[in-house]
Amino acid sequence: MTNNHQDLIDQKLQDLNNDGIDRRGFLKCMAWAGTGLVWTMSGGIPVSRAFAKNISKHAGGGGDFSFVQISDSHMGFNKPANPDVVATLQAAVNKINALPAPPDFLLHTGDISHLSRPEQFDTVDQVLKSASAKDVFFVPGEHDVLDDNGKSYLARYGKSSQGAGWYSFDHKGVHFIGLVNVMNLKAGGLGSLGGEQLEWMKKDVKHLKHSTPIVVFAHIPLWSVYPEWGWGTDDSAQALACLKKFGSVTVLNGHIHQTMQKVEGNVTFHTAMSTAFPQPQPGKADSPGPMKVPADQLKTLLGITDVNYVQRPHSLAVVDSALG
Amino acid sequence: MTKKHSYAALATPLLIALTLLFAASPNVRANGVGATDQPPATAAEVKIDNFSFGPQSLTVPVGTTVTWTNRDDIPHTVVSTDGVFKSKVRDTDEKFSYTFSAAGTYSYFCSLHPKMTGKIVVQ
Repeated sequence: MTNNHQDLIDQKLQDLNNDGIDRRGFLKCMAWAGTGLVWTMSGGIPVSRAFAKNISKHAGGGGDFSFVQISDSHMGFNKPANPDVVATLQAAVNKINALPAPPDFLLHTGDISHLSRPEQFDTVDQVLKSASAKDVFFVPGEHDVLDDNGKSYLARYGKSSQGAGWYSFDHKGVHFIGLVNVMNLKAGGLGSLGGEQLEWMKKDVKHLKHSTPIVVFAHIPLWSVYPEWGWGTDDSAQALACLKKFGSVTVLNGHIHQTMQKVEGNVTFHTAMSTAFPQPQPGKADSPGPMKVPADQLKTLLGITDVNYVQRPHSLAVVDSALG
Repeated sequence: MTKKHSYAALATPLLIALTLLFAASPNVRANGVGATDQPPATAAEVKIDNFSFGPQSLTVPVGTTVTWTNRDDIPHTVVSTDGVFKSKVRDTDEKFSYTFSAAGTYSYFCSLHPKMTGKIVVQ
């Protein structure tokens, strides 16, 4: 590692510690390598593309791969904040298909539909068929489990899942855990995983080596982003406690319709943009409702998250790309 | 004579009582049980705006029908904390009504956004 690179890392650490994410800084430096993670954030497409190329150039062995996280497509939403959520989901798919390295699969972190209606799920499934990656792994958002306690969601997306739809899988040495934190929410509370799921999770990771990179994905953030708006999960600390022994844990969430990130010890938390409509920054509006922005700005606030895994030295790069 | 007089004295109030009872009975049926000690049925409204119930606490007489209207661009639900009532998901401008026939305090929340809470006090 060159001194120059080390400087950039130090600068990034400082940025993160200051808690004010300096997007310009990210654009310049783009990489932070600390505890086995390469972290990137960028505001626009060209930079992410350039960076993704950079990643693949430096990629080592055949175990390298990438996947894309999309979130909050809210199919069926038709209010002024975005009257055409089909078009923006399609734009997200086009963006995925234009990535320099085709992703191995997609993760959808929930709120697939706006009102859990079969035709809304159908439309999303149809649009995603045109993505270069054919496998899509879902976890539900609260909008996907309305009125029927998640029955129709499970029938469609949860065939190989347990409980309310949680599951895990391995891909090229990385262990992925899909969690459900939108069921049985209690008055006054936040997102909730529940005892049964936490027990399952403990068993699920028990046999894994400490060096196994872990990716956890769930709809509502598993860290306290802004509890006043319900942006957090009541029992997330218990889930994270199961993951203490692992050197690299990446947590990917949706729900808040904007990117946000935090590094805490071995855990990197990240939230993705929506493909449907933006929501205000925490506390910057009367409520977390859909944010109406001028039409030409909408696509700059919607997007996808491209995650690149480099086997040597066990690095995960998280790149957010706006749709326009 | 005294015997006759005593019959008449008894019969008159009895007749009056019976007349009153029959006259009153259609009234009882029309207004429901306890018509004399309850006001007529009333209606009240709760608006859902900016992820909150307004008013957050509402006091109404027994028999009131409360109607919630969702005025947000996001769907919400109205769910009693104790399982007394539960709306289906209510999208923009959709309503949910529930009639409170017993006194008590009814706490409720939105099961999608559980930070949204409210209560109806029925007296």
